[in-house]
Amino acid sequence: MLSVIWTVFLCMALLCGAVTGRLAEVTAAVPTGASEAITLAISITGLMCFWSGVMELLQASGLAERLSRLMAPVLRPLFGSASQDKQAMEAVSANVTANLLGLSNAATPLGLRASERLYVLAGRRGAPDTVLTLIVLNATSIQLIPSTVAAVRAACGAHAPFDIMLPVWGASAASVAAVLLSSKLLRPFFPDGE
Amino acid sequence: MQILQNALIPALLAGISLYALCKGVDVFPTFLRGAAVGLKTAVQILPVMVGMLTVVFMLRASGAVDIAASVLAPALRILGIPKECTALTLLKPISGGGGLAMGSEIIRRCGPDSYAGRVAAVMLGASETSLYTISVYSGHLGLNRTRYAVFAALCGDVAAFTASAALVRLYFPYS
Repeated sequence: MLSVIWTVFLCMALLCGAVTGRLAEVTAAVPTGASEAITLAISITGLMCFWSGVMELLQASGLAERLSRLMAPVLRPLFGSASQDKQAMEAVSANVTANLLGLSNAATPLGLRASERLYVLAGRRGAPDTVLTLIVLNATSIQLIPSTVAAVRAACGAHAPFDIMLPVWGASAASVAAVLLSSKLLRPFFPDGE
Repeated sequence: MQILQNALIPALLAGISLYALCKGVDVFPTFLRGAAVGLKTAVQILPVMVGMLTVVFMLRASGAVDIAASVLAPALRILGIPKECTALTLLKPISGGGGLAMGSEIIRRCGPDSYAGRVAAVMLGASETSLYTISVYSGHLGLNRTRYAVFAALCGDVAAFTASAALVRLYFPYS
């Protein structure tokens, strides 16, 4: 899919550049963009490494696991009868906690494992609501410390790179509420028939 | 409030390392192991950023981004989303690297503490690559249909983007 989008973007740049008569600028953008990318990627590497190191401490000390146990009661109401299954709920809370902490490398495998368990519990048929709830939750961002964004802002000379944290939390909460509410409202219109 | 916010990051760092030390974790080597993983992630991002940011720069130079912004402007005006962030709302649900590249370009060009720059940053932090995530999970399980998942995820994206703009206006006084 990305291959198509990338190619379409390149074609659009050519077409729009030709129509607006800015092909020289488009050509000049190639070396500028490429070198900007390296500058940016390198300048955000420091904070990414540092934060990843701190998160390793969180996991090694067992703090992540404790947080995950705290999450379980909050998540249970979302998963109906599957919430009785210990294995499923442990996997779901571990996935949500990894997302919260921004452990993106860990979150996806944990989420996929949780989705497998939920799918088995629902009889491996159709597209069960429990699995879809987990998927739409993972389609939202519930990250506590937006470290990558802060790194980009710092690289651009922000006054206080982390000062966007409260709005990020608010907007994330709005989006989690929106996916859960819209799932609930849309459910009757999309029956899980064979 | 301001003091709490300024204290949050240093307090988290001190608290986490102190807790780990008390739990008998070999703190610094463990930190280094994690930092090395972070470095690997950063190295993986590098080629993605080169591919994406270059195309974003080309699109911007060609005027395509402005055209997309003016086409979508009426809809976005209702939601209160600044026109500089238009293209970001289209790219982020599909590609994490593309979203980061596009968002970074906005933050750099408009300034990290400008209104559009802050909205772009909050959008990046508060939204996920929603459509991509659905394709990963449904592909993994072999689901034929995902019923309402795409609609729900798009509702989440619209909510995240709208709330990002609204909360930046609320939280940071721009005259």
